[in-house]
Amino acid sequence: MSTFDNFLFTRPKAAIGPARQAGAGLMILLSGFAIVGPVVIPSDPAAQDFGASLAPIGGDYLLGADHYGRSLVARLAHGARLSFGMAFLTMLAAAIPGVLLGLLAAWKGGWTERLLELVATVVLALPGLMLVLLLLAFAPGNYGPLFLGLALTLWVEFYRVTKTTTRTVLAQPHIEAARMLGFGSRYIFVHYVLPVIGPMIATLSAFAMATAIIAVSTLSAISVGLQPPTPELGSMIVELLPYYAEAPMHVLLPATLIFLLVLGLQLLAQGDRA
Amino acid sequence: MKKFFFARLLQAAVVAIVVGALCFVLMRVLPGDVAMRIAAGRYGPDARIAEAAEKVRLELGLERPIAMQFIEWLGSLARFDLGHSLVTGRAVAHELQVQLGASVWLAAAALLLSLLIGPIVGLFGGLKPGGVADRVCLMGAVTFRAIPPFVMGLILMLVFSRQLGWLPPAGFGSPREILLPALTLALGLAAMSSRVTRNAVAAVARAPYFAFARYKGLSEPVAVRRHGLRNAAIPVVSYLGLQAIYLIEGVVVVESLFAYPGIGHALVHAIVERDIPMVQGTALIMGLMFVAIGAAVDLVTLWLDPRVRRTA
Repeated sequence: MSTFDNFLFTRPKAAIGPARQAGAGLMILLSGFAIVGPVVIPSDPAAQDFGASLAPIGGDYLLGADHYGRSLVARLAHGARLSFGMAFLTMLAAAIPGVLLGLLAAWKGGWTERLLELVATVVLALPGLMLVLLLLAFAPGNYGPLFLGLALTLWVEFYRVTKTTTRTVLAQPHIEAARMLGFGSRYIFVHYVLPVIGPMIATLSAFAMATAIIAVSTLSAISVGLQPPTPELGSMIVELLPYYAEAPMHVLLPATLIFLLVLGLQLLAQGDRA
Repeated sequence: MKKFFFARLLQAAVVAIVVGALCFVLMRVLPGDVAMRIAAGRYGPDARIAEAAEKVRLELGLERPIAMQFIEWLGSLARFDLGHSLVTGRAVAHELQVQLGASVWLAAAALLLSLLIGPIVGLFGGLKPGGVADRVCLMGAVTFRAIPPFVMGLILMLVFSRQLGWLPPAGFGSPREILLPALTLALGLAAMSSRVTRNAVAAVARAPYFAFARYKGLSEPVAVRRHGLRNAAIPVVSYLGLQAIYLIEGVVVVESLFAYPGIGHALVHAIVERDIPMVQGTALIMGLMFVAIGAAVDLVTLWLDPRVRRTA
């Protein structure tokens, strides 16, 4: 569950390349489906109709129905909203403390930094998934621990990147000059630090969201995350898997949706690396 | 060098204490009575549970103050005694040995497979940055990274077990059974390592020292061997550390998916059964593995790039 590796896919490029355009387009489509979908689609994602069990795509049901006869298009829309929402909240919960602590460490240095470094090292030394699993054991199938566990593992990357970058920026001679000219910390932050770390944080955020989407669906798929009947994309795949022979498309739909969500976020973050 | 080992030892100690404390506190505040859970894990949920739970409680001293139990755990850890599994009654160290062994095989097989795929693909991409091979390689890597490991595992299972019937979908013991879980992990790893290799190769090919090596008359293979490989290897090796983290975390997912009897599978089971010594032991081993891998990677990097030693 590390997003470090995602940095490797970014290439230094200033202009908005075709990859990012494709990513942005994909994300607009998918977020539209996730936000507007559940409102527009009238069917209840939990309503069962055994008569329509495994209904084919394109009949009475737009994208077919699952083994309980639940509308797949409704379940996919709700699942996408859930994944998106969880990922967004997780990202915020990781980014806000991560960036603030990173700034604090770079600004103060000394013992503050050493203490934060220790905490970060310890968190990094714990397998992230283990932390999530332990917290999940508190309340199986709940959003709270899942979200908290993910945020606890992801904040370190925001902290580290912010700290390192801010330190580099602050060490440059023109900052010294600005300080000597009497500009305050606030001015230096807004005019010198923010423009540098801003794009990096945006990139990290997109990657953190991708990581969160994968993590939530993975944990649900190995049945320690959110439990059915919650329309979660990962558990939908596993639920529908026994019916693969009769309705292969039904299994592929949620899998494709996860794939597109993660792909969109990764493409969106391409080329933002400073 | 002494300082380096001391720092790593300290890190390992901190990890041990924090993992122990965290597991201990978390498991104690979990809902449900610990003794009850253990009894259910040992004798099955239909046994006369209250009676069994009382017996378990007395046997394990669960009624004593929590702080005392924790200090006791630390004490026995210092003697390299991880205690006994609350469910099976066997020594945790023994159980971990068996499971860790299985996981290490899986991880090694995955790493090997990924090294056969990733760096070679990356080399082709890096030789001509921006070329067709590079673009295909990038697209492949991004695609494979966007597929969650469990979906990858399911796809492989469906294709190789169900459609083609070549490989068993689950089990343990023969190389045939390790292949699918290892390949699941390897494809994710190769997606990453191919990019690292590609970037490293491209950077070396662009570097002035490489141009100079050619300019002074070295043949291409000699230039690559003397000035290219070592420099290109540095980022790849330091990236292996991160790959190991991916591996250890991936192991949990893939083992659960393929019912492979390794350490990740054990951790999930131990949490469900509230087998505190097992959870602590498993988490501890995972934490120490991170430290060990980090140390190993640092050592290799140091060996590859002596400049770091001088500035350190």
